[in-house]
Amino acid sequence: MPSKHDNKEPLLDRRQFLIKAGTTCGIAAGVGIWGYAFYSDNPVRRSSEKILTFKNYRVPDSATFPSLVIVRGMDIEKMVTASLDKLGGISRFIGPGDRVLIKPNVGWDRQPEQAANTNPELVGAVVGLCRDARASEVWVTDVSINNPYRCFVRSGIENAVRKSGGTVKYTTESDFVLTDLRGQALKVWPVSRFYHEVDKVINMPVVKHHSLSKCTISMKNWYGVLGGQRNRLHQDINTSIADLASAIRPTLTIVDATRVLVRNGPTGGNISDVSPENTVIAGLDEIALDAYSLNFLDLKVEDVPFLTIGEKRGIGVTDWNSLNYVELNV
Amino acid sequence: MKFLTLQNLRRIYSVFFFVLFLFLVAITDFRNMKGYEVSLFLELDPLVAFASFLTSWTVYKGLALSLIVILITLIFGRVFCSWICPMGILNQWVSHLFNKRRPVDDYRVNAYRPLFRMKYYILTILLVLAVFGSLQIGLLDPIALITRSFAVSTFPALHYAGGQFYIKQPVFYGGTFLALIFIIILFANRFLSRFWCRVLCPLGALLGIVSSGSIMRIRRDVEKCTDCQKCLRYCHGGCDPHLELRTAECHGCMNCIEDCPEDAIHYGTARKHSSIHAPVDVNRRRVIETAVAGLIFFPMMRSVVNAKTAPKYDVIRPPGSIDENDFLRRCIKCGECMRVCPTNVIQPALLEGGFEALWTPILMNTIGYCEYNCVLCGQVCPTGAIEPLSVEKKVGKAPYGKPVMIGTAFYDRGRCLPWAMNTECIVCEEVCPTSPKAIWFQTAEIKMRDGTTKLLKLPHVDPNLCVGCGICENKCPVHDRAAVRVTSIGEARSRINQMILAR
Repeated sequence: MPSKHDNKEPLLDRRQFLIKAGTTCGIAAGVGIWGYAFYSDNPVRRSSEKILTFKNYRVPDSATFPSLVIVRGMDIEKMVTASLDKLGGISRFIGPGDRVLIKPNVGWDRQPEQAANTNPELVGAVVGLCRDARASEVWVTDVSINNPYRCFVRSGIENAVRKSGGTVKYTTESDFVLTDLRGQALKVWPVSRFYHEVDKVINMPVVKHHSLSKCTISMKNWYGVLGGQRNRLHQDINTSIADLASAIRPTLTIVDATRVLVRNGPTGGNISDVSPENTVIAGLDEIALDAYSLNFLDLKVEDVPFLTIGEKRGIGVTDWNSLNYVELNV
Repeated sequence: MKFLTLQNLRRIYSVFFFVLFLFLVAITDFRNMKGYEVSLFLELDPLVAFASFLTSWTVYKGLALSLIVILITLIFGRVFCSWICPMGILNQWVSHLFNKRRPVDDYRVNAYRPLFRMKYYILTILLVLAVFGSLQIGLLDPIALITRSFAVSTFPALHYAGGQFYIKQPVFYGGTFLALIFIIILFANRFLSRFWCRVLCPLGALLGIVSSGSIMRIRRDVEKCTDCQKCLRYCHGGCDPHLELRTAECHGCMNCIEDCPEDAIHYGTARKHSSIHAPVDVNRRRVIETAVAGLIFFPMMRSVVNAKTAPKYDVIRPPGSIDENDFLRRCIKCGECMRVCPTNVIQPALLEGGFEALWTPILMNTIGYCEYNCVLCGQVCPTGAIEPLSVEKKVGKAPYGKPVMIGTAFYDRGRCLPWAMNTECIVCEEVCPTSPKAIWFQTAEIKMRDGTTKLLKLPHVDPNLCVGCGICENKCPVHDRAAVRVTSIGEARSRINQMILAR
């Protein structure tokens, strides 16, 4: 009685045997090669990430123009234009076709009157000037502490930048690249990649009180380039600030002292913490700019150790009086 | 071929409403929300309105919109399920994709089964719980379920896969669990088309009952009908159009009209030879049994430890949340607040607040923090579990005087860098958003191990100023288990969860 289980396997002829044997040897050899090629003492393969360094954004110093301009007034646009005219005009700093990055302080979800962020009118005016100097692109960026969308919108900066023809660049998780800061405390840190993609950088801090570092002006503003666990920097804040200011040398620094947060910084939150000073200070020497701005906060150079550390490293002078400076009212 | 058939009209509606649903979930964030009614679908949901009415005797604001759906159902039948409901529409599309059956099997799959009664029993138990004041419909309400699934798993997954919906990849506590439930519900269509809608959906059951007296319905001409059963082939509801139509099961998909070769089926009022219709197929004894089961389950569910019995330190509710008792009477776990939160701090609870509070919003400061000037969660909440606040009210500006506190921060001096390690830090003081800051410091001279002395700033919390936003915990450099942590005590919504006498 034939059953359905009676199917018999056919005998191999020589050709089929050779093909089968050849295939088996081939697979065995392949497995052997695979094992040999990928044999490793490491449990995982580590890709070596490229580590960048900051380029030099500065323009050559000039003896003809002052290095510090202090402008007082009410019309922010005029104040910015006047200060830059004294420094030699925007064309001294921004060439046609340059891609410019502006770094205001947009750390907090606060409104302009609360003075926790750089004045949006001032940022808008500088973006406009860069466009006038035929910059190809003007980017405005920061690594905010509060939610970035809220910070840029509620500080008024997104709107001001868009109106003046600039672009707001939000730094997302994938926008950080490892960068060697070559500092004493800060070595390799994740840095916003936009700094590596531009030709010129303009630092636009706001003058504010800060409990630990006493003040946050232009040097401290560079906290906003870092990603990662940057709150650890507080453990050696003065060296960290000096390291950052030595690593990033901006083309130009414009300090916003139109409204100064004198208490409860750097967040503020109350109009009574804000003192209207209606001043804009522009220059090339961050230490001198910071030293001058200490006046708004009733501080002296001795109170702020990072200025002296920076001066010793040769990135600027704390005695701003010794510089060629101009004061004017518009 | 006619184009403007009722079937095609239904197709156009379903595409429109599904796209509208996706659009509304997609724009539920700080930048795009503007004045849009982003919780529209939840507000149209009569089950949400009715069950939350049973628990708290109010029809809250936008939920009045659900009257429209009730009215539509009273007149046109249970058309919501295939014309408007995003969950029903999605299940229909998925069923269609999974369909690899021979036509002869379609007739079998789309016929009515006694299993379809299950949804009425689910509805019974949920409504019995609601009558006693426990709002659990959110677990199975289709709109709450699909909103939650999209907010907590689908949109974050789309961002992960390369879409640009967020500035930072959102992560959710137990999100995989919610994703799996959603996938399993969709996958069930592989075995029984519209499994969710026919077997489980409590909203479908409610609308089925409401529709049982509808004037407009599918009618079959018994004189013309040749009993070929072709009307069953694409039937959405499994409502037996070839027999005495089960109105409560019929979604008004209108497919049977086009499929009938004899032109025996029409939608509208009865004509001369129209067949009679079958009533809702539930067994009264089974309904009573289920109700009794709910009755027995209720006190068992209540005699447990949860955030109502005793305040729980880790049940920190979003700002504007009402007292825990009332909160659980209003919250339908829809996840709108989790979608809109800009810092991702609002998370679906597992058992932190007890079983009743499953998937309700709690704040986890290790993931985000409550943005001081942000009131978005209260604006999107469809049921008022989180009441809408103005920024002035939240931060306590004049004329409100007192901010809305959601908890209080405490220092763990054994982990705090200045307190335990003599290391400079006070990041918490820097980020504290109140003015004057709730976190303050004393400068103390500390003797170091090597005999030298060091001036250190030692942080403290002022419990009268702390709003419990948790940014200090979130930004603390000791970030696996922060040295400053917020717990729920001092929350404005509770009268008992307080510690300071003078408040």
